[in-house]
Amino acid sequence: MAMLEVKDLQVYYGVIQAISGISFEVNKGEIVTLIGANGAGKTTTMQSIMGLIPIKSGSVFYEGQNITKTPCHKIVTLGMTQCPEGRRIFQELSVYDNLLMGAFAIKDKKGLKEDIEKIYTRFPRLEERKNQIAGTLSGGEQQMLAMGRALMSHPKLLMMDEPSMGLSPLLVDQVFDIIKDINNDGTTVLLVEQNAGKSLAISDRAYVLETGKIVLSGTGKELMESEDVKKAYLGG
Amino acid sequence: MLSTLFDGLSLGAIYALIALGYTMVYGIAKMLNFAHGDIIMVGAYTILTTLTMNGHPIIGVVAAVLVCTVAGIVIEKVAYKPLRGASPLAVLITAIGVSYFLQSVAQLIFGSKSQAVQLASFGTVKIANAEINIGTLITLVVGAVIMIALTLFVKYTRTGRAMQAVSEDRGAAQLMGVNVNKIIMITFAIGSALAAAAGVFYLLQIPAVSPTLGSMPGIKAFAAAVIGGIGSIPGAMLGGVVLGVVEKFALSVPALAPYATAIEFALLILILLVRPIGILGKKRREKV
Repeated sequence: MAMLEVKDLQVYYGVIQAISGISFEVNKGEIVTLIGANGAGKTTTMQSIMGLIPIKSGSVFYEGQNITKTPCHKIVTLGMTQCPEGRRIFQELSVYDNLLMGAFAIKDKKGLKEDIEKIYTRFPRLEERKNQIAGTLSGGEQQMLAMGRALMSHPKLLMMDEPSMGLSPLLVDQVFDIIKDINNDGTTVLLVEQNAGKSLAISDRAYVLETGKIVLSGTGKELMESEDVKKAYLGG
Repeated sequence: MLSTLFDGLSLGAIYALIALGYTMVYGIAKMLNFAHGDIIMVGAYTILTTLTMNGHPIIGVVAAVLVCTVAGIVIEKVAYKPLRGASPLAVLITAIGVSYFLQSVAQLIFGSKSQAVQLASFGTVKIANAEINIGTLITLVVGAVIMIALTLFVKYTRTGRAMQAVSEDRGAAQLMGVNVNKIIMITFAIGSALAAAAGVFYLLQIPAVSPTLGSMPGIKAFAAAVIGGIGSIPGAMLGGVVLGVVEKFALSVPALAPYATAIEFALLILILLVRPIGILGKKRREKV
C-alpha cells in the first residue's frame, strides 16, 4: 500500500478548474517529484493534499486513512507536513521560536531539546543565529530554517514546494544534498520543483504536470532521458 | 500637573486595555470587531446586577470578567465564525450589527436610562503635593500588571507563540499544526476579558451605566489602536496611554476642555498623515 495515494483529485478556484483529476502515489521511503511549469498546478496539488485548499472531488489517502476532508492541523499530527513555497518562515519571531513553532504539533516535550540540537547539527548556521529575528536572515538561511522547522514535527512524509527557488547555484546544490540526507534518514519526500534536472536526479519517481493534468510519469532516470521532458524542462 | 498626569495615565490604561482587544482580534482574525466596545457595557451591567442582588463588589468584578469572556466566545462563534473567508465588508457590517444587537438587548432588559453603579469609593493620597485618587492608582498599577502579563503570555507560551504565528501567516501556522479556529476563539476570550477589566476601571471613574456606555471608550480605544499601529500589541498600549494623557491634559486647560475629544481625533488624523501604519505598526515585507 502506498504511503500517500491521491485519486482523481479535482480542485477549483471559483469556477476555474486548477486540477483536472490527477492520480499519483508516493511509497514509503521514496523521493517523488512533481515537475511542471508555472501555473501547472503543483502548489495547488500540495496545498489541497494538506487541507489548505478545499478539494472538489477525488480523494487523498495517507497511510490508508482517508484525509480528503481532514483539516490541516490534524494532518500535521498524523506525520505529514509541508515546507511551503516561498519558505514562509515567521519573520517576526526568532530563529529559535520558529523551530519551537515547528514542534507545535508534538505533544511530548521531552525530546524537544535534542530535536533542536539535531536541527542545529544539520544546519549550523541556524545555531549561530538562533536569537536573531528570522526576517533578517538571508534567503539561503531562511530556506534552511524552513526545512529545519518542518523537520521539528517529525514528519514521516515531508512535502517540499520549490525549496531551491531564488537561491544561488551553490546553495541550490546544498539544498538538494540536504533533501537526499533527509530522505536517507527515513523521511519520505514529495518534491515540487521547477529545477527539473536536479530534482529528477535525486528522485525515485516523478510525475510531469501540465495545466492541471499528469501527462507523463516514470522513474527519475526515465524522465531525464525522455525527449519530451528534455525539450520542455531540461533546456534541450 | 502631576495629578493630571496620573489621571491621564490611568485613563490611558483603560483605553489601552480596550485597544488590546481591537488590535489582537485584528492581527489574528483579520477583522475589525466594532462590537468590542459594547463588551464593556455588558461587563458594567453584570456588575450592576451583582450589586443590586447585594453581591460583593469583588464578586461583581469576577462575574463581569466571566460573563464578558463567555460573551466574546459566543459572539465569535455565532456571528463571525460562519463568515470566515467572506468579504471583509460583510464581516465589518456584521460586527456593527452585533454592536446594535448588544445595545438593544441591554435596553430591553435594563431600560435606556443611565443608572448609578457605586462599585467602590476611594480616598486620596498625597504624592509630591498632588492629591491622587487611590482608584486612579489602582487602575494604573493593575492595568500595567495585566499588560505585562499579556506581553509575557504572548512571547513565552506555546499558545502565545501560535497567536503570533497566526497573525503573521495563517497558512504557515496551520502547517505547524495550529488550529486557527481555536486560536481565534482564545483571542476573543482574552480581548473580552481585558474589556471587562477596562469596564471595571471605567466605572471607578464614572460610576454610571447605560446601554451605550461602551460606544465612546470603544471608539477612542480603536483610535488608540490605530495610533499605535493596529495589529501591534505594544502599539495598542502606547496608543492608549498617549490618548488618555492627551485627553486629561486637554480637559485640564479650560480653553481646550470643550474640544478634548476633537483634539484626540485630530491627533489620530495627524499621526496617520505622518505615519499611516501607526507609531509601532509594521509594514509587511514580502521576501521571495
